[in-house]
Amino acid sequence: MSILLDRDTRVIVQGITGRMARFHTKDMLAYGTNVVGGVVPGKGGETVEGLPVFDTVKQAVAATGADASLVFVPPPFAADSIMEAADSGIRYCVCITDGIPAQDMIRVKRYMYRYPRDKRMVLTGPNCAGTISPGKALLGIMPGHIYLPGNVGIIGRSGTLGYEAAAQLKELGLGVSTSVGIGGDPINGSSFRDILEQFEQDDETHIIAMIGEIGGPQEAEAADYIRDHVSKPVVAYVAGLTAPKGRTMGHAGAIISAFGESASEKVEILSAAGVTVAENPAVIGETIAGVMKRAA
Amino acid sequence: MDIHEYQAKEILSNFGVAVPSGALAYSPEQAAYRARELGGEKWIVKAQVHAGGRGKAGGVKLCGTEGEIYEACDGMFGRKLVTHQTGPEGKGIYRVYVESAVAIDREIYLGLVLDRSSQRVMIVASSEGGMEIEDISAERPESIVRSTVEPAVGLQEFQAREIAFALGLDPALTQQMVRTLQGCYRAFRECDATMVEINPLVVTGDNRVLALDAKMSFDDNALFRHPQISELRDKSQEDPRESRAADRGLSYVGLEGSIGCIVNGAGLAMATMDTIKLAGGEPANFLDIGGGASPERVAKAFRLVLSDTNVQAVLVNIFAGINRCDWVAEGVVQALKELQIDMPVVVRLAGTNVEEGQKILAQSGLPIIRATTLIEAAERAVGAWRNDLSQNTKVRAVK
Repeated sequence: MSILLDRDTRVIVQGITGRMARFHTKDMLAYGTNVVGGVVPGKGGETVEGLPVFDTVKQAVAATGADASLVFVPPPFAADSIMEAADSGIRYCVCITDGIPAQDMIRVKRYMYRYPRDKRMVLTGPNCAGTISPGKALLGIMPGHIYLPGNVGIIGRSGTLGYEAAAQLKELGLGVSTSVGIGGDPINGSSFRDILEQFEQDDETHIIAMIGEIGGPQEAEAADYIRDHVSKPVVAYVAGLTAPKGRTMGHAGAIISAFGESASEKVEILSAAGVTVAENPAVIGETIAGVMKRAA
Repeated sequence: MDIHEYQAKEILSNFGVAVPSGALAYSPEQAAYRARELGGEKWIVKAQVHAGGRGKAGGVKLCGTEGEIYEACDGMFGRKLVTHQTGPEGKGIYRVYVESAVAIDREIYLGLVLDRSSQRVMIVASSEGGMEIEDISAERPESIVRSTVEPAVGLQEFQAREIAFALGLDPALTQQMVRTLQGCYRAFRECDATMVEINPLVVTGDNRVLALDAKMSFDDNALFRHPQISELRDKSQEDPRESRAADRGLSYVGLEGSIGCIVNGAGLAMATMDTIKLAGGEPANFLDIGGGASPERVAKAFRLVLSDTNVQAVLVNIFAGINRCDWVAEGVVQALKELQIDMPVVVRLAGTNVEEGQKILAQSGLPIIRATTLIEAAERAVGAWRNDLSQNTKVRAVK
């Protein structure tokens, strides 16, 4: 079992009639993802790539048995779509949308707490590339061919930097159990810690790679959690050693505003928790391979 | 997005926060006129720039006569104010705010921020007003009071009262403090702010709670629903390169080095900068060209990077997921032909259609240096930059 999604996961795409959503729906189907439909209010009854489109998520769930959703809705409406998914029995939601107002995400997080833990939807993103369990299913926008199936669990904020890591692993003949993008926004659905918890329980994952960046407290929280609760080896890389303080580096959340938020401070905190840190982005793959060899 | 003090005060006062009476001026004459309009005997003339630390840098002057107002303004208008927050280049002063001076009994620090740990709005207050919050937390951490706001119901009166009592305010002032805190929270919430800072919030000699200074920043992602706030953008306070980039939908941050970077994805862009440093160079900029890197977008990115005269080599690093490498390659070729770039250009492509992309670069006949890995790209860019630099120095020496 991989975490979050596999071959049997039944996926709907919210905002499926958009240009990008159509493109990636096709791509996900080609990869083998079990996409069963889409949702666009007012476009119920249409079809996209042969899939039925529904007006509401509840209708889609009732008709298709969908349990996962990919949100491709423009920023002003994305928070509303995530909450609709949470209220419709969707178990896992990935939100790709970049540019959702932070206060909308505060509202989403607050709304999700209405549900008891066992009924609460898991959200990853927004502003992420998605999640892939190589060889099984792809829920997002990443190029599937750069991932080999294997035993490295990847958690990352950045899409393309995650691709970089996967490509380095592939070059070394190493594969990935699941790669989860948690996104670059200041308020996000799942943190490093949340996904570490899932990987720790997952038999297919033997080693965990965290790809962080400047800004926010989530790498430090993860370090605390790793020290006390993670038995599997963890490798990390933190981007932004050359980033100046107080400036937003592309991702809304990539800004050093407090102590512990710079790349060098995060590296120090993670190292102190026993995490092996790759010193530069070119050796992420090598570092993981080295730790795997030592663990074997 | 940041705004000026006078604009923040106007917004906050619309939400019930009390501020001193004041008026804006675009010239020394206007400033003197504003002071006469305001009446009273003492005024504060404050340079309006998007940066803190104005007082220490000479951007805030107490004036008692018209002559002093002219003198203060002459030292401000048209000059650059350099504070510890502006960098050495400083920020231009084109507006001043003239305010009636008030007698101050106490100074309080008040800030509202987006707290990423609790994923809520947090109120931070301290009895040590007037100091920077970084200094307060280093020197007087026990003076700091924090309170997070439950987003479903907003800031409750009891929370505001708790803060007022924790600051040791005179109980007669509690209601004014509650009104101030609730006004700040509502302004934060309704305007999609990311930061509200009142430093200092003062208690005056006649027992009023007044916001003597005010700073607000807003969530760029939410500006679409606040057209009145978007209009407050002041380009004179921005790095011109960054303004140009923002107008073109590119995410750019200017740095000090000499190797320009064009990358897709924020994380990869930071990692590319880090690798340049590792290879012995210094990045000139952060630039994320985003997902759909069309040839036009790549050309735009080149123009932007080259508008920085410090740039002496360019590194393009694209990992194509949504993109296709052949598209990016076409963009690079098109840009190089159009802009006649006379410096080393290193291109690293990976991901979708990488072979086709490499072919386009190779067949273009342009002197593009190709690389397959990130470290190779950074080493070649730094190597070519050094080489170029030494050759140019030799040519100059011969001349």
